[in-house]
Amino acid sequence: MATGVFSSTRAKISERTLRTDKWWIQPLITFSVLVAFIIYATLRAFENGNYFAEPLISPFYSPCLSAACAQGSSLLGQPFGIVKLIGMTVSPALFILIFPLGFRMTCYYYRKAYYRSFWMSPPACAVAEPHSKYTGETRAPLIMQNAHRYFFYIGLVFNVLLTVDAVLAFRNPEKQWGHMSVGTLVLLANATFLWLYSASCHTCRHTIGGRLRNFSKHPLRYKAWTVVSVLNHKHQNFAWISLLGVAFADFYVRQVASGSFTNFYFF
Amino acid sequence: MTIEIERHKYDILVIGAGGAGLRAAVEAREAGLRVAIICKSLFGKAHTVMAEGGAAASMGNVNENDNWMVHFRDTMRGGKFLNHYRMAELHAKESPDRIWELEMWGALFDRTKEGKISQRNFGGHEYPRLAHVGDRTGLELIRTMQQRIVALQQIDKAETGNAESNIKVFAELTITEILKEGGKVSGAYGYWRENGKEVLFEAPAIVLATGGVGKTFKITSNSWEGTGDGHALALKAGANLVDMEFLQFHPTGMVWPPSVRGILVTESVRGEGGVLTNTNGERFMFKYIPDVFKDKYADNEAEADRWYVDQDNNRRPPELLPRDEVSRAINSEVKAGRGTEHGGVFLDVSKRLSAEVIKKRLPSMWHQFYELAGVDITKEAMEVGPTCHYVMGGVEVEPDTAAAVGVPGLYAAGECAGGMHGSNRLGGNSLTDLLVFGRRAGMAAAAYVKSAGTTQVSQSAVQAASLRIQAPFTRTGGENPYKLHQELQEITHNLVGIIRTKTELDDAIVKITELRKRIANITVSGNREFNPGFHLSFDLDNMLLIAESTAKSAVLREESRGGHTRDDFPKMSTTWRQINNISSFDGTQVNVSQQPLPVLPKELFDLFDPHELEKYMTPEELAKGGSN
Amino acid sequence: MARKLNLRIWRGNKESGALQNVIVEANEGEVVLDVIHRVQAEQLNDLAVRWNCKAGKCGSCSMEINGKPRLACMTQVSSFPEGEEITITPLRAFPVIKDLVTDVSFNYKKAMEIPSFQPPVGMKPGEPRMAQVDVERSQEFRKCIECFLCQDTCHVIRDHEENKSSFAGPRFFIRIAELDMHPLDILRNRKKKAQEEHGLGMCNITKCCTEVCPEHIRITDNAIIPMKERVVDEKYDPLRWLGSKIRKREGIL
Repeated sequence: MATGVFSSTRAKISERTLRTDKWWIQPLITFSVLVAFIIYATLRAFENGNYFAEPLISPFYSPCLSAACAQGSSLLGQPFGIVKLIGMTVSPALFILIFPLGFRMTCYYYRKAYYRSFWMSPPACAVAEPHSKYTGETRAPLIMQNAHRYFFYIGLVFNVLLTVDAVLAFRNPEKQWGHMSVGTLVLLANATFLWLYSASCHTCRHTIGGRLRNFSKHPLRYKAWTVVSVLNHKHQNFAWISLLGVAFADFYVRQVASGSFTNFYFF
Repeated sequence: MTIEIERHKYDILVIGAGGAGLRAAVEAREAGLRVAIICKSLFGKAHTVMAEGGAAASMGNVNENDNWMVHFRDTMRGGKFLNHYRMAELHAKESPDRIWELEMWGALFDRTKEGKISQRNFGGHEYPRLAHVGDRTGLELIRTMQQRIVALQQIDKAETGNAESNIKVFAELTITEILKEGGKVSGAYGYWRENGKEVLFEAPAIVLATGGVGKTFKITSNSWEGTGDGHALALKAGANLVDMEFLQFHPTGMVWPPSVRGILVTESVRGEGGVLTNTNGERFMFKYIPDVFKDKYADNEAEADRWYVDQDNNRRPPELLPRDEVSRAINSEVKAGRGTEHGGVFLDVSKRLSAEVIKKRLPSMWHQFYELAGVDITKEAMEVGPTCHYVMGGVEVEPDTAAAVGVPGLYAAGECAGGMHGSNRLGGNSLTDLLVFGRRAGMAAAAYVKSAGTTQVSQSAVQAASLRIQAPFTRTGGENPYKLHQELQEITHNLVGIIRTKTELDDAIVKITELRKRIANITVSGNREFNPGFHLSFDLDNMLLIAESTAKSAVLREESRGGHTRDDFPKMSTTWRQINNISSFDGTQVNVSQQPLPVLPKELFDLFDPHELEKYMTPEELAKGGSN
Repeated sequence: MARKLNLRIWRGNKESGALQNVIVEANEGEVVLDVIHRVQAEQLNDLAVRWNCKAGKCGSCSMEINGKPRLACMTQVSSFPEGEEITITPLRAFPVIKDLVTDVSFNYKKAMEIPSFQPPVGMKPGEPRMAQVDVERSQEFRKCIECFLCQDTCHVIRDHEENKSSFAGPRFFIRIAELDMHPLDILRNRKKKAQEEHGLGMCNITKCCTEVCPEHIRITDNAIIPMKERVVDEKYDPLRWLGSKIRKREGIL
């Protein structure tokens, strides 16, 4: 049985879409960038090294919680000892990455991005999707998207930790305060982008005021809501900037840790 | 040949699903009756959505000095005292309740600081009086009424299991005839636009709420639906139209490009410095300042230009003269051959103001023309001319019941009813007119049905109505409805337009009579399935009657007042103020007779300053001081 | 100034139909609806098309132009390059009636399923006091002109006829949001109903509704996502669920 635009009652048109513009470019770009990020992040997670160069730590590995972590990289101690799976040491990055990953996977913007570009549901507006059945986010596993707010809360914890990392980067390799390097700027920028990404999040907007019925009875929360609403307009931009920011921060730390770059100190 | 006919039986048939029709339906249903709502287009698309300014009601939320008496005075002044006083009185008294009621049905008007419904200033209203939602008040009204109907249907569904047990909306259905038995309304006949199938409604009462007649004219702000169906149905059913010569023209509607033809250019464009020029590049308004305005309007460009920066020491530019003066001036320029090829003049705001200032002060104007027509008003001039906007004339009704005079069971409310606005309607009075008289029509129709009971529709009436619907396909005359429509619009535009003279009106009447013969020969191609040519052939019939009624009323009224300007009789006449022109239809043509206007009762007469009334009334009337 | 346009207009009905080539003149500044009217008056007298206000305010002339759901009165001819063919079809999510006219009764059925506005019991006309900031969110949704382009483009029903029974569509999600955010509405089960009866969970927020909205209502960001978050508050957030239980026990709610 044909369904969708080919259902028996609809106008008989054989094309899946009559769009004449290059509608496939946007999903293609999204797909490419996300795949590139995933490959990079996977490689880096399994590299299990080059993530710490005093005082810089890669956001992929912070806080480093395993006993296998590089010395000085464990801000919150090493509660897990060394975790092994089928005889292999599990990279400490994996403990960390699942949380930002969860936050971004359930993000209202990224959902749009990957439903369109990966799942083609739909690939673009008014372009028929290839699936014969569709249930949306009504059942497992996609019903888990509703847990977005919990990932948001955890994301805030990470934002704090990464901000601390950026503050700690105002030290020199000898752990003396009052210094600043290119790495400091990189970590600061990374933390800033992450805060903007979190603050512009739809769940944040809801929590801060969206759930209220009468704004007039909560003037402060209303004010905050209007600010978050302005940021929320740009959530998509912040999502991409912060994603690239994290990748770049990791890349920079890796290059410094591996000795490819010298972390230039301003003072 | 027998055609299978779909039959429906209702207590009340409401024709028209704009503000007035829906309000009537709600009232009738609340009185416990079964109502059918006929909608020429989809439900919720009525022309009511176009109203921008607001709904006038003296709630006194912004200025507490406002009350119904002030509103009444403003309405009468606006209508130049040709209004039916009782309609203006009821309207002024009941408008606030009608607005408050909308709020209980979910409408969300803009608010004052205290949380009340905000009210804005508007031309002719003494105090801020228009309840509004940005510039989309009409949409809010129609949506609220539509949702109120749905709410009632949900209640019915809970009770009877059928949402449409008491109110049913028949969308995209055209009524071609009102049926009568023994002099009373017995039903109506029409067809589904979707498939051309014929439908018979048996109903002892009908409320007409079909809106305006703008499509009779070439340049109009009305949609295709404004074809005067209710006016024509009423005429043909034996009811009268009152004062059909009064049409409101807005001086600056777009005449070109076609994508925005008829769309209004708000007066504030002129207020912000928009200048009118003819094709010789001449700023012509200086030639058209009437003597009475000489001391208030600048007679040279230098002074007019200074006014924009210094309003205290300079006279206003003549572009800001009252609407009818500006319309008259544009009209004269065009008739003298100094207009554009599309029959307009130029209105340019781009030379005086920078693009940033224009976008800031006139955002919706800029946006609208840029998006709809690609016209960038910050860079180029607009082509504008007088645009048919609203018809004050309409079905003659009893004010309290909205019952059409002469036809038991027939009611009319909203723009298709006459009397309320006299010779000129104030902005904002239309939306509350719909609600006040829509409700009254619904209420009175319900009371009528309860006392009059049911009627029968005769087979012969049905057959005659059915033959009329079949005719456009069976005829062989070969006239194209689109072409005839254009010709009719040329006649009305050129001869019955904003400035009228006897010779032109006489000419128009002759031409309309000729056109009637040709309309009888319309042949439609294709079949009955959603066929716009077929639909237009019936609309044309109606528009022809409107044009005839307007032309014939206009040639009789030898004065200029409100929406009727006679070049050969440029002044208001106190004698003519006491007269209504009544159109009736004898089966072949429209006849117009005169009837005295009801006299203001003393308590309403006393609301006015006698000096003010001197302008409008004869010494005898003033001496009498109203009726008792 | 005039230019020749090559149009491909879909003509047909329930049974059959095809794109028909039409050459028509277009003047400067015209929109697609003007051109369709010219075709209608000069060439195809019985070409079926819906329209009313021709000013972008009534939402009647919805169709698909070069595959995109649009209002014909808001689509300028000049937005198409000279010589390019313009393809005009009826909305493809709804049953076709004839030519460019479709049966949009689905939307009216869905409207009937949304519980109406319910003011506080005993409140009388004229009594309501609402602050402007409290009505603004709902006012945005009341800008809707019911053109149903959002419904047409939504893949949940456009691509899956079988979902129509369980999915109200973006137009009605903004209606639900409007009522749930209305300062006076007293119905408290709108969120639950939205999820369980109107298919809010079917929406995967791919934002096509927002993209096509001629009124620029931010359907996804301002209505659908906030409603999804409100649903989470009630149905999927264990902490809030626990919180509401405790408050209930202590008599706070």
